[in-house]
Amino acid sequence: MQRRLEWIRGWEGILLVLLIGIVIFNSSMTPHYLQVQNQINLFQLHIEKIIIALIMTFIIINAEIDISVASVMALAGCVMGFLYEKGLPFEWCVLAGLLSGVLTGAFNGFMVAYARMTSLIVTLSGLIGYRGLAHVLLENRSVGNFPEWFDRLGQKPLIGPFPFALIVFFVLLIIALILLQWSGAGRYVFVIGNNSEVARYSGVNVRRVKMTLFIISGVISAFAGLLLAARLGSIRGDTAIGTELEVITMVLLGGVSIFGGTGSLYGVLLSVLIVLNLRNGMGLLNVPGENQTGVIGALLILSVLGPNIVQGIRETWNRRNIQRRRLGEERKGG
Amino acid sequence: MDTLKRYFRPEQLRELSLIVLIVFIFLFFGSQIEGYFSPRIFNRVMNDVAIIAVVALGQTLVLLTRNYDLSVGSIVGLTAFFIGKQLTDFAGMPPVVAMLLAIAAGASLGLINGLLVAYGRIPSIIVTLGTLAIYRAILVAYPGNKMVLINDLPQWISDLGSKQLFSIGEFGIRPVVAGAFVMFILFQLATSYLRFGRQLYAIGSNPEAARIGGLPSQKIVFSAFVLCGAIAGLAGFLYLVRYGNLNTAAAQGVELDSIAAAVVGGVSTNGGKGTVMGTLLGALMINLLQQSLLRWLVISNFWVEALLGLLILLAVLIDSVIINRLSTLWNQRRMEIQAEGETNTSEEKESHAA
Repeated sequence: MQRRLEWIRGWEGILLVLLIGIVIFNSSMTPHYLQVQNQINLFQLHIEKIIIALIMTFIIINAEIDISVASVMALAGCVMGFLYEKGLPFEWCVLAGLLSGVLTGAFNGFMVAYARMTSLIVTLSGLIGYRGLAHVLLENRSVGNFPEWFDRLGQKPLIGPFPFALIVFFVLLIIALILLQWSGAGRYVFVIGNNSEVARYSGVNVRRVKMTLFIISGVISAFAGLLLAARLGSIRGDTAIGTELEVITMVLLGGVSIFGGTGSLYGVLLSVLIVLNLRNGMGLLNVPGENQTGVIGALLILSVLGPNIVQGIRETWNRRNIQRRRLGEERKGG
Repeated sequence: MDTLKRYFRPEQLRELSLIVLIVFIFLFFGSQIEGYFSPRIFNRVMNDVAIIAVVALGQTLVLLTRNYDLSVGSIVGLTAFFIGKQLTDFAGMPPVVAMLLAIAAGASLGLINGLLVAYGRIPSIIVTLGTLAIYRAILVAYPGNKMVLINDLPQWISDLGSKQLFSIGEFGIRPVVAGAFVMFILFQLATSYLRFGRQLYAIGSNPEAARIGGLPSQKIVFSAFVLCGAIAGLAGFLYLVRYGNLNTAAAQGVELDSIAAAVVGGVSTNGGKGTVMGTLLGALMINLLQQSLLRWLVISNFWVEALLGLLILLAVLIDSVIINRLSTLWNQRRMEIQAEGETNTSEEKESHAA
């Protein structure tokens, strides 16, 4: 029992307390806050980001980073829109959009795993390049008027009050939890993140794991791009600019180390809830969007600074104790 | 040949090849685009290069220590906006004071980054990702009108942007461009000869060794961030001079452009590798290509970004594949020469002793 409750004292515990505080504050400010519909809306507004945050958790734990996700989102949407404009059957356009995610992910993965380039650089050039391709396809037009079922999927509830994207998020969350926290494949992700050399010598196929992760990241980002197109009812080349930083912020706030090897999906789930509730609460108080992002940025810094300060105080305390003890012994000896 | 080897290293091949590429781009588009060698296009490219290159200069100092500064875009935007607002309210402020104020504002924003990274022991990517959002939020929360308009600014702002300092033939050099160039030369000298400059490289190439070797790592990383902030503040001033009209989205995305310029110029994101001049060449090449492609009628304007992404990837790929291999070979050869020299001298000594 004691071991099971240990996580409460760790990072997740702090996040949980923070989350409860925010929820209590928000529900005291607005009576409708805790209604199911408001909670679903709050997910629905940022659903693409939190879906990508799931795979980003894997990638950062694996000691890599993918900052091209927002551009892949736009590219997938634009591939779909471009082909739809050309008159292809819509189902094929959706498939082509997803395929563009596979290709970009495979390209990123190949450059990182086999050409051994830094993932930050590879995905930085992806961030610029894929966005560029999206602009090449649609120039500055916007494509809309998608078939009715597609729009309905993005905007209307599917089962009960739950929309399609939210159901997908929960399914992916369960799959990700099983993979990362309970399966052997998840152990590989952690081991490689801790020390990829050691992992390689222990017989882990590091390249294949990294390649797979980047391909999945591409597919999921493309899928999120299509969801966004469905939710907004149209797509443009400059959709979703800057999303990558928000996704990474969510993951890091969840206690995942930027150097890889540590972190958990529980933490990321809590930080996702914190970010969503905080944004919703600030939105209800009429705080503008940029300032909401600013508050979350401050939270991100404080979340790492806090534990560091506590550790620093503990270290000086211990050092002083040792010095005092040594002084006492010297006096005794003298 | 040996003296050549002493002064010339494969790493410099990179800067040479960049210069060759820039000349090639220049000549190629010169033959394609009518009136390409006109002063108008020259000014256009140079003005854009000046701002992004100055930001990339500060970024280089931070990258050398194996850190990132993702907040530079927000620092440039915030200082430009802040100075613009001050000038709107106090039109009598002399240009020098405005510039110093911009540098001080930038430095104090960099100071916050530096404190958190060096003394708060938080990874730089987390700190600057946070301050990227925070500084932008401060800009949005700035009281009053959300715009800076050139008509409200004093006359010298628009004069400074278009005045010529001196001219080489037909091509007028503007003060902003000349100032940026002088800064690059100064910083190139500082990073290659001053103790502080060498310490930046030492910390970046092996932080652990630098710490054990007794370098004041925290202080150096801290000063790199303050310097980067100050330089970004100066770039904010240049941004105001260049554009005049600002909104709250000013200089958004500059952080990634500055990293791209440094990386194309051969600065490694793993720290300890690259030069300030390389960054200048990288910024020059990216901007020249951008501006030329925009004027090239053969392909659509929308291709510019896509090609730029490819260019960055290629630059780094070539770096990691060719230049690294060359420099390994080079170092081996040098060690062999050294070893030969040592055995020769020791043999001589033995023969003398006999």
